[in-house]
Amino acid sequence: MGQVVDIAEGLFVAEPRPALIGGRHRDSGEVRFPCPAGNPAYEPVMLPHRGKLWSWTVQRFRPKTPPYAGPADFTPFALGYVELPDAVIVEAPFVDVEFDALHIGMEMETVLVPLTTDGEGRSVRSFAFRPVQE
Amino acid sequence: MADVFIVGIGIHPFGRTEGLSGLQQGAFAIAQALAEVGLEWRDLQFGFGGSDSAGGADTIVNEMGLTGIPIINVRNGCATGGSSLIGAWQGIASGQYDLGVAFGYDKHPRGAFNAMPAEYSLPDWYGEVGMMVTTQFFAMKLQRYMAQHGITPTALGRVAQKAFDNGVHAPHAWRRSPVDLETILTSQMISDPLTKYMFCSPAEGGVALILASEKKARQLGRANIRIKAAVTRTRPPGSFEVFSPSLSIERGGAPTLLASAAAFEMAGIGPEDIDVAQLQDTESGAEIMHMAENGFCKDGEQEEWLAEGWSRIDGRLPINTDGGCLACGEPIGASGLRQVYENVVQLRGTGGGRQAPGAPRVGYTHVYGAPGISGVTILER
Repeated sequence: MGQVVDIAEGLFVAEPRPALIGGRHRDSGEVRFPCPAGNPAYEPVMLPHRGKLWSWTVQRFRPKTPPYAGPADFTPFALGYVELPDAVIVEAPFVDVEFDALHIGMEMETVLVPLTTDGEGRSVRSFAFRPVQE
Repeated sequence: MADVFIVGIGIHPFGRTEGLSGLQQGAFAIAQALAEVGLEWRDLQFGFGGSDSAGGADTIVNEMGLTGIPIINVRNGCATGGSSLIGAWQGIASGQYDLGVAFGYDKHPRGAFNAMPAEYSLPDWYGEVGMMVTTQFFAMKLQRYMAQHGITPTALGRVAQKAFDNGVHAPHAWRRSPVDLETILTSQMISDPLTKYMFCSPAEGGVALILASEKKARQLGRANIRIKAAVTRTRPPGSFEVFSPSLSIERGGAPTLLASAAAFEMAGIGPEDIDVAQLQDTESGAEIMHMAENGFCKDGEQEEWLAEGWSRIDGRLPINTDGGCLACGEPIGASGLRQVYENVVQLRGTGGGRQAPGAPRVGYTHVYGAPGISGVTILER
């Protein structure tokens, strides 16, 4: 197992289970993701691990690089928005999902996944949603 | 404000033109518009113009002539053309000028627009994970809309089919041959539920509109097409826009709702008074959603509209009579003015094979774009 590095600081936590870190406005209570950097009006807040699929699509062609940093050998991936209850609707790629099974309202959960390998041979870890497997 | 008239129009065909810069295509359109009215470049007192990726409008003087007139550069995303029109309109309506030009042009590389996160104040990871792709946004907004309002993939196909049917009769359109519904529905899936033929492509082109005060328009014998409204709006809270890492759970309005309401109020009329409409159709679902956002039908009624052909040339409200962005492609700086150009053609009754019947009197245009901006115009004959 090589070294693992997160795609960005302060985006998510792995323990006790994967969850995203949003920002809550100190006055209005509005929640955003990611937490706005360098804006003292927002305080970091851990977002719910699970939520419901709000909308989705499938990325059928490889996005242009830059900015896309995924593997050169592209396979289509699903992505979409998941409504994390009483918090915020967050956009992310999906993993472990059959495209035909996607439907609005399905239960999704946060996972941390390897995106690519950086110039120093480290595995770059990002976040995604996947269907809840009961 | 004083009345302002559109007395001349010009267009460089949309699509791909090797050997001509975007700016030169803008100059082509200006020359055509001037020639139509019997004017010279030196007759113009001012201009507003712009492009998204083909350079500043003030360099148009290199092409047209060094007459010393003020040219204001506009760069306002998809609303670039609309904003140029507003600028030129206000310059005349205020009484400062009698004759000017609003123009837009562009030239984009092939393939999907490629945006970088930093240009939109987004963190780099947003692009690295593969979400800096405009087509995803359109697909996701549409996917949810279809589920909520009972819109079928067949309706999406019918929008594209209509666009290509209309484009056949528009000399400035890029794609000028019909595509059958089955081919549209079964073509390559780009971003579910949208197939290849349901998306427009970045393109090239130029459009120019010569505007005149009432006095000047009468002198020219061209006081026919009057600007009743021209507005742009940015987004309200809770709207769903391209490149949004998150959305608030409390959903809100849309920039198009604001722009449309403001334009109708300015013109003193309502959606029922519109005879012909050009609505932003960067993909076929956008036209469907924009039919409702602009007040021409209720959410979900588009399914019946399309099945019955009510938005076709001979329907109750012809929409995108020149094939819209789907048939013409999208040179960002020129696209909004192409819609206005097309409405002038329709109100003049010179649309030939794409002419809406019944001598349309009131025309409506609508653009929408990143990062949540909308522009609407209303013209009256």
